[in-house]
Amino acid sequence: MSETRDLVREAAERLFEKHCGAEIMRRTDGGEFPQALWCALTEAGYTAALVPEAAGGAGLDMSDALSLLVSAGRHAVPAPLAETMLAGWLLSAAGIPFPEGPLAVAPVREGDAVTASRDGTGWRLQGKTGRVPWAARAAAIVVLARCEERNLVALAAPGDCRIVGGANLAGEARDDVDFSGVRCSVGAFAAPDAAALRSLGAVMRSAQMAGALQSVLETSVQYARERVQFGRPIGRFQAVQQNLAVLAGQAAAATAAAEAAIEAAAHNLHSPAVAAAKIRAGEAAGIGAAIAHQVHGAIGFTQEHRLHYSTRRLWSWRDEFGNEAYWARRLGGELAAAGADRLWHGITAAG
Amino acid sequence: MASIDNLRFEPPPPFPEAEVLRAEVRAFLAEHLPKRAITEGVGSWGGHDRDFSRKMGACGWIGMTWPKRYGGHERSALERYVVLEEMLASGAPVSGHWVADRQSGPLLLRVGTEQQKNSILPRIAAGECSFCIGMSEPDSGSDLASVRTRAAAVEGGFRVNGTKLWTSNAHRSDYMILLCRTGEAGEQRHGGLTQFLVDLKATQGIAIRPVRNLAGEHHFNEVVFQDAFLPGASVLGEVGSGWQQVTGELAFERSGPERFLSSFTLLVELTRALGPDPSERARIALGRIVAHIYTLRRLSRSVAGMLQAGANPAQQAALVKDLGTTLEQEIPEIARQLIDAEPDRASTQDFVTVLAHTMMNAPSFSLRGGTREILRGMIARGLGLR
Repeated sequence: MSETRDLVREAAERLFEKHCGAEIMRRTDGGEFPQALWCALTEAGYTAALVPEAAGGAGLDMSDALSLLVSAGRHAVPAPLAETMLAGWLLSAAGIPFPEGPLAVAPVREGDAVTASRDGTGWRLQGKTGRVPWAARAAAIVVLARCEERNLVALAAPGDCRIVGGANLAGEARDDVDFSGVRCSVGAFAAPDAAALRSLGAVMRSAQMAGALQSVLETSVQYARERVQFGRPIGRFQAVQQNLAVLAGQAAAATAAAEAAIEAAAHNLHSPAVAAAKIRAGEAAGIGAAIAHQVHGAIGFTQEHRLHYSTRRLWSWRDEFGNEAYWARRLGGELAAAGADRLWHGITAAG
Repeated sequence: MASIDNLRFEPPPPFPEAEVLRAEVRAFLAEHLPKRAITEGVGSWGGHDRDFSRKMGACGWIGMTWPKRYGGHERSALERYVVLEEMLASGAPVSGHWVADRQSGPLLLRVGTEQQKNSILPRIAAGECSFCIGMSEPDSGSDLASVRTRAAAVEGGFRVNGTKLWTSNAHRSDYMILLCRTGEAGEQRHGGLTQFLVDLKATQGIAIRPVRNLAGEHHFNEVVFQDAFLPGASVLGEVGSGWQQVTGELAFERSGPERFLSSFTLLVELTRALGPDPSERARIALGRIVAHIYTLRRLSRSVAGMLQAGANPAQQAALVKDLGTTLEQEIPEIARQLIDAEPDRASTQDFVTVLAHTMMNAPSFSLRGGTREILRGMIARGLGLR
């Protein structure tokens, strides 16, 4: 790990620690936007972490920037940080200036498509997309549309779109957006296609899940040390210890898989490491959340306890940007097509 | 926070040179991998072939990290890792030198006398000398501190009485590293243990009997010591320090690629049997297994990197072994659901025979080198829970 990355992460941990306390988590869970947190994220340059320095960004390399999201996942940061970073990446690829405020990206679901056609000096969009993170709250929606058989990045104003609000299990906004007839004055062609966008989104969710699993491990170990039953802390019982050891294994695997994807994404978004991370972290999310709840007992099942801020995100994030089955089907299909005698080569080549 | 830091995995150090070595190893395997039954690669390091071990020794691929003055090659742990994983993935017959290279040699290097090191390490590195591990006994499995085989001090050395059990490859090994009780255990139960370097070919009073496993194969042995005399020079390390030496030795044993590649031959044959355009269900299963292997490989290389840097990642190693052996045992269960065939060791179809062998060997994966429960106990200790 680079020294820069360690420094970036330490600073991020401090910022998240300060701005993601119990009160903020409770209020954002009720639908409030964390304005102070957002200002801090912007001032620190995190929201523009994937925008090059020359374009007004933070000047972090891509891996350092993505590793911020492990820390963000640890603290269940209740703001569209990953989404705004993703938007910044798309905008930079198209050479479009990075606007202020939280940004959304569409489309995010496999099969959702937006098309664009020229309309005077701008573009006109067509298409409906589902489950767009933070669309209604965003200052702008960055749309990756197909136009004249190329990829167009365009900025749409949420107020121009027909948006039906929704949420994931963690209460994070996931909105259905109808772009039909929406006019965009800003747009440019760019190299990234829907597959690249989906891959980077998958790396981001993997990183966030790795962080969230680290957090539920710490919380669970801490609770097992404090909670006394039968006259001793429950963490003294072997049955509980063995479960926490399994949780530790899942957290370590998710972290390793996410770190591999973060490294790979900087030079190849189509690396099998990306698929592997989403598959492995997604699987760890389910196992890890289940053990964390088992260890916490009834208190962990309440709204009052903070555990659900992490576990509800784990249950949501594993299904976003392609679930385990989606990525495993792709990865397995590629390996099968390459053939049995290339299997080991494929594994070692992934790094 | 502290609890997680004990289990931190440093990213494996970048190592582009490894790919040059990998190409050399693959070329060697293409030329020298003996024609053999496909099932010999099942279970990791199963096949025993002295001739193959000697050829590997000639390439400088045994004792790779050891000092040159002891026949080693002073290469990095990460280079060694490349050789190990290439051998295992191809099912090469490496058991003739496996234990000596992984465990006994490094232990000798750490605690052996100059005489022991000079006489034995160069022979291991040449692929000429094989080792077995005399730890478990009939009443001492996971509870290793309870060993009862006793070495009593006598004129000029020790007289050993007792029985070792589950001693893999004792019948074809030159030496055993034997753990004995030489004194009182003390309150911590870990005192009074001593390791010995036993020349199996030259020591009187040792009887080696086969214990066949459930597949009918002969790897295990019972080794009975009856008034066997060991000269004083055969003490390995310090008298009474056996426990510390053994636990250090086990850390080397736990995190290597052999802890997640035992079923790899089956995965290859499964992929072959599925063909280039398998069902959606099969693709999902295959993709998932390989995602696990990618991740395990990174964790395992991370431990190799930490060992190289002089750290003692014993808890991380336990964690890798727990995750790895869980996957190894899942693979036959998944494979049998994807291909409709009854496992049959006598079949002429490779998938069917490899499935049968893997299935029958799988129970051992989470027993050898520390049971799953012991490993999880170690991880829990790392978490500060015990």
